[in-house]
Amino acid sequence: MQTAIAVPIEHVLVLAAALFLIGFTGVLVRRNVIFLLMSLEIMMNACGLAFVVAGARWIEPDGQIMYMFILSLAAAEVAVGLGLILQLERRYRHLDIDAASELTG
Amino acid sequence: MEVVLFYIAASIALTTSILVITRTTASHALIYLIVSLLAVAVIFYLLGAPFAAALEVVIYAGAIMVLFLFVVMMLNLGPSQVAQERRWLEPRMWIGPSILTLILFFEMVYILAGTPALTSGVAVSAKEVGERLFTTYLLGVELAGFLLLAALVGSYHLGRRYMRARREEIG
Repeated sequence: MQTAIAVPIEHVLVLAAALFLIGFTGVLVRRNVIFLLMSLEIMMNACGLAFVVAGARWIEPDGQIMYMFILSLAAAEVAVGLGLILQLERRYRHLDIDAASELTG
Repeated sequence: MEVVLFYIAASIALTTSILVITRTTASHALIYLIVSLLAVAVIFYLLGAPFAAALEVVIYAGAIMVLFLFVVMMLNLGPSQVAQERRWLEPRMWIGPSILTLILFFEMVYILAGTPALTSGVAVSAKEVGERLFTTYLLGVELAGFLLLAALVGSYHLGRRYMRARREEIG
């Protein structure tokens, strides 16, 4: 059987929380849609890390399976998000997310 | 000894993620994002999830990031965009969000500090993952297939109109 290292689980969870909050700060601060999508990717990756470490803690494959579902969700989200970015660029000629705020009336 | 590798990879992941959200050029941020994903892949491998590590490299750092790169190249963001980014990214913009997220972070650290436990140190192989995936989680696989199909149709619909408009501009 392949060996792995044993690290304190709370250190990994703190890392996942830190990555998630970095991505969250990016979503709050940036106004460019491309950077917003990248920050979302960081956040999803942090969620996947939390699932995988839970799987590694209890030696269950469920953590990795949930990670794969997050991966397919991220792929779908990026595909549609990038299509929306192209539309935004065509309509407003720049990538400011605030340009698309007319739905608020 | 190998535990040190985890902390090195973790610090790389954190540093590059911070660099991603502070860059003004999209392509530079993408390169740092790829490094961040690779560092997380190393962590997955160390934790005993080799299959998740492989998927992280192949799908995340490979396929999804290439998709990003295509769009960044198609949009052809010039120096004017970089100047605009720099104008939006004033230092005082960071103060509020950083304080709020740091409060959340320290709450999380405080909660986690009381539960000392080690990860198992035993790897979960790809075979076990596959067996569980196609028995217990079969419905989830089907739903993921539906989701990807919907994303395929949606992105085709959005992208087709963009390409037609662009052809009319050129021709």
